[in-house]
Amino acid sequence: MRLDHQIIKELIASRSSVLDLGCGDGELLSLLIKEKQAQGQGIEIDEQEIYKCVEKGLNIIHGDIDSGLHEYRDKSFDYIILNQSLQQVKNFDEVFTDALRVGKHVVAGLPNFAYYQARIQLAIRGKAPVTKSLPYSWYNSPNVHFFSLNDFKDYCREKHIIIESNVCLDSRRRISFLPNLFAQVGIFLVHK
Amino acid sequence: MAEKGIGKVETHCYTFGTQTISLESKEKLGPVTLAYETYGALDAQKSNAVLILHALSGDAHAAGFLEGDKKPGWWDDLIGPGKAFDTEKYFVICSNVLGGCRGSTGPASINPKNNKPYGLDFPLISINDMVRCQRTLVESFGIERLLCVVGGSMGGMQALAWMIEFPDKIKSAIPIATAMRHTPQQIAFNEVGRQAIMADPNWAGGNYYGKVTPSKGLSLARMIGHITYMSDSSMAEKFGRQKKTDAKGGFSADFEVEGYLHYRGDNFVKRFDANAYLYITKAMDNFDATRGRSLSEVFKGLRAQVLVIAFRSDWLYPTYQSKEIVKACKLCGVPASFCEIDSTYGHDAFLLEVDEETRLISHFLKKVASSL
Repeated sequence: MRLDHQIIKELIASRSSVLDLGCGDGELLSLLIKEKQAQGQGIEIDEQEIYKCVEKGLNIIHGDIDSGLHEYRDKSFDYIILNQSLQQVKNFDEVFTDALRVGKHVVAGLPNFAYYQARIQLAIRGKAPVTKSLPYSWYNSPNVHFFSLNDFKDYCREKHIIIESNVCLDSRRRISFLPNLFAQVGIFLVHK
Repeated sequence: MAEKGIGKVETHCYTFGTQTISLESKEKLGPVTLAYETYGALDAQKSNAVLILHALSGDAHAAGFLEGDKKPGWWDDLIGPGKAFDTEKYFVICSNVLGGCRGSTGPASINPKNNKPYGLDFPLISINDMVRCQRTLVESFGIERLLCVVGGSMGGMQALAWMIEFPDKIKSAIPIATAMRHTPQQIAFNEVGRQAIMADPNWAGGNYYGKVTPSKGLSLARMIGHITYMSDSSMAEKFGRQKKTDAKGGFSADFEVEGYLHYRGDNFVKRFDANAYLYITKAMDNFDATRGRSLSEVFKGLRAQVLVIAFRSDWLYPTYQSKEIVKACKLCGVPASFCEIDSTYGHDAFLLEVDEETRLISHFLKKVASSL
């Protein structure tokens, strides 16, 4: 099991309703349904991933994250999951604000652009960083927001978003020492 | 081909309302006959029945071969052993709609009051009337709750009508390439088709039975229809600017696309009744699932699981209309799946995108069948 999925699974209460935005092939959503008895709904933009989700028996809506949320009523779900997708939405602030409206909690899995290897590539080699959590070249990256775990914490402070829990990790283990330097990914459980 | 499918089939008839049935218009009609076919076997709990709902020009013959058939039923690619609607698992029913001309009671049927064809004495029927008749047919099998109702285009409208009329009588619904109500553009195309029929002198106010039929008008209506069922790119791919080898010049239909439309129109008049075309297209235009409210309010109380399918190049029933159905499901908490299939076939895609539909439908049905 992917470590980030394991961590998200631990963050979520059993028998809750979950909306996974940008759920890909639905692996995480299936896991939450099987092991946490969650009621799951997914939204995904890639048609080929839709077929995989339907094959897994998931409720999956074909659409983009930017427009997928606003049709839901306030607090429609216990959890909104945005795992590895927020860096790709056009309007981060709008989507995140809407996620906090639609979900009682939001789980955000974010790549860390201040990971030390990225810093070295940028500072020493003078090149746009490519790391395991940011695997794209500058010319074909779907990412439109470049931010660090500390940037996100600042954002939460500014917007009065409460961080309930924060787990940081690299590709193999949890990182608690200087996560903004040594973690590739941060997973935040927040609410407003 | 036949050995892989369900092989020989027969169309049956079910007659009810020995007195009359009440229509949405408050008018009475009866007795009513529905032509239907079934494939596969009903299980002991009567819990595996799928109702297939046909589009404007469809009929009860959805799969397999009738005696003398060269081609199988209209959705044979999706119905049969191992197919999307797997007849080894499911009991599949398809009936010709009320108002139709393929065995069910419609304007060409005999009016018991005067023993003549109804013609325009046939009352206006609605999509809801069609669905209520289907419900009577389904009940005659002892089926309390359908596993699924499914259809494309007008069939999708019927699926929506089932979701609203009989929310606790269905376990799931699959509306495909459809809309909760027609837009002015959709009504406009239907009206041009109707006017083509009524402008044909042989239509004679609908009293053409036993005489020369308004085949020119009906054929023209069908030609217009076929333009709307295809897409710019599917036409370009299928015909290009190709001309027939025996092109005659002048105003003859020399372009391949012209020939195709004529061929489609000429074939249609052999199997379809012009008055039925008027009645059914009017029923589609009058259909409004919202009933003046929001669709999510109308869906309240619905416990069915829903799969909505749209096609990218379908400009007759554009994807945004399917998304309106999905939005209503979102708002009232109905579990829904939605896929916009990247097809170039236009509206016809619901009959042609077999692989994609099979992937979606077979797994969706499996989930529905295994859920409580």
